[in-house]
Amino acid sequence: MSTTTTRKVVIEPVTRVEGHGKVTILLDEAGQVERARLHIVEFRGFERFIQGRPFWEMPVAVQRLCGICPVSHHLAAAKAMDRIVGGENLTPTAEKMRRLMHYGQMFQSHSLHFFHLASPDLLFGFGADAAVRNVIAVAGNFPELGKQGIMMRKYGQEIIRMTAGKKIHGTGAIPGGINKNLSIAERDELLVDLDQMKIWARAAVKIARDYTVDNLEMALGFGSFESNHMSIVRADGAMDLYDGGLRAITADGDTIFDHVDNQAYSDYIAEEVKPWSYMKFPFIKSIGPEDGWYRVGPLARVNACDFIDTPEAEAARQEFMAVTGGRPNNVTLAYHWTRMIETLHSIEKIEELLHDPDLQGEDLVVKGERRNETVGIIEAPRGTLFHHYIVDDNDQVVMANLIVSTTSNNEPMNRAVEGVAKKYLSGREITEGLLNHVEVAIRAYDPCLSCATHALGQMPLVVDLVDASGALLNSRKRG
Amino acid sequence: MGVPIPTTPRLRSGPMRVLVLGYGNPGRRDDGLGPRLAEELSRMGLPGVDVDAAYQLQAEDAAAVADHDVVVFVDADVSCPDPFEMRPVLPAGEPRFSTHSLAPETVLSMAWKYLEAKPEAYVLAIRGEDFDGFGEGLSDRARRNLSAALGFIEKFLEERASSCEKAST
Repeated sequence: MSTTTTRKVVIEPVTRVEGHGKVTILLDEAGQVERARLHIVEFRGFERFIQGRPFWEMPVAVQRLCGICPVSHHLAAAKAMDRIVGGENLTPTAEKMRRLMHYGQMFQSHSLHFFHLASPDLLFGFGADAAVRNVIAVAGNFPELGKQGIMMRKYGQEIIRMTAGKKIHGTGAIPGGINKNLSIAERDELLVDLDQMKIWARAAVKIARDYTVDNLEMALGFGSFESNHMSIVRADGAMDLYDGGLRAITADGDTIFDHVDNQAYSDYIAEEVKPWSYMKFPFIKSIGPEDGWYRVGPLARVNACDFIDTPEAEAARQEFMAVTGGRPNNVTLAYHWTRMIETLHSIEKIEELLHDPDLQGEDLVVKGERRNETVGIIEAPRGTLFHHYIVDDNDQVVMANLIVSTTSNNEPMNRAVEGVAKKYLSGREITEGLLNHVEVAIRAYDPCLSCATHALGQMPLVVDLVDASGALLNSRKRG
Repeated sequence: MGVPIPTTPRLRSGPMRVLVLGYGNPGRRDDGLGPRLAEELSRMGLPGVDVDAAYQLQAEDAAAVADHDVVVFVDADVSCPDPFEMRPVLPAGEPRFSTHSLAPETVLSMAWKYLEAKPEAYVLAIRGEDFDGFGEGLSDRARRNLSAALGFIEKFLEERASSCEKAST
């Protein structure tokens, strides 16, 4: 392998991440990393796909976006369409059914990521041989852990099936409400395994906490950086994954904006286009594109909220914040810990809801004054999700703009990639284990590039080492 | 297109349980072949056959797989021969974890390693041609191939049930 020319390492696409992404690492003549970028190579087309469709189809149609978190799009679109029909003040049954669906989605999505996507990296080490750094190998060494992941995922999926009507193309949330309540039989079926799910969620928080604390020194230097954080929060400052006003804070915890009405999001957030990426770069307008980028997702939510309104998750949050003395935590790998705190919060909320008789209510839909423009915002598993629509008088969608959480994390992921590449790859022979370090940094954000690029794809990993003349020096490929 | 039926005796007692799992995104044209076959098969209400559909295979599918004696994964294929191809599939020693979605081999491997179940399994790959962009509905070619695959899987499931009955008498 030549070390006397500028070289370019391409990782395409990133493994264990949905969709089609590519990492390019440019080495200078001395073998030092000059620049590293996460590219998105798909086109955007989903907004055009839904233009011209009747607005009431949106909660179902948008689920085509992504097989990973269709429920988030289903609910964000439903929240937006609530305002079109003037039904944003939902009945208690409708709002609680949607919340149950959402917490079920959060529970299963976070569990899948932690137990099956992240755990091989955390349990076997970032640089371990790929043949032993995978979920099947977890079965050999930590069989109960992998089994818990399967059963937690299944439990969340059952909640989705019961609240959305079915696993694929759920129809539960409709403009102004919900089309079914939860039967007593369904409630009782979910209650059977509830205690077990809580036990496993508690244990998962401990695993993630112990990993972060035990490896804090490494984590502090692993793709970590100071950043702004953004999420929605409840009126009293509590974490609220379903509804609330927008809050953004600085790396020090100072407020940038707070309790911003969802409908006014575009007064506070803008998107920048860069020539080398199809994915946009959102930023906070008052700060500008250079320094106004921000993180979203579990880390940002735990940092931004004042408290969590369930006891065990709140205790876990306090322990998490104590690590940084109450200041926002800016450690990229701490996403895993916060993701598990939210998993525990979700199962606590699920328990609360299952014991609420409103779920068996019969008043499902409200309607009021018709509107033509609307914004629906929800905290998806990966972060804040914006759905913005304009509907004409013929009920057709004429404009749609979606900002998905992975797009908001675009700049942070790029910074993490570059930081890790410079620290671990510079001046060294590039091995599969070293390249995995870059992927670990990306996976911490649990990105869904399918969603971000509005395309589905599944391809093997290709790593090309190219010199300044474009000649291929080395190539790696794995399934 | 004939598929050899394994002669390995079933360990589970009681009636044979079959799962047909179609997966893909119906919003991406021919990628929706799997769920579409599942939908059509579900309407037939074949006895002893559970039918499910998903965007993609996931960890929890290992639990469903582990609960059945015979599993048929149905997916769209960009390169198999027309109109479809059915092949046995085994748990993979080396998982293919390239995205959030799993390969049938990985799901089987998880069912085996975590849940101690090793059902007889097949992949039914149906040839499609239009996977570009967003859109509902199948291409003409995919529709023809779906029809052929549906006729085949119905017959296959009947024969499989029949061979199981003979083995148990």
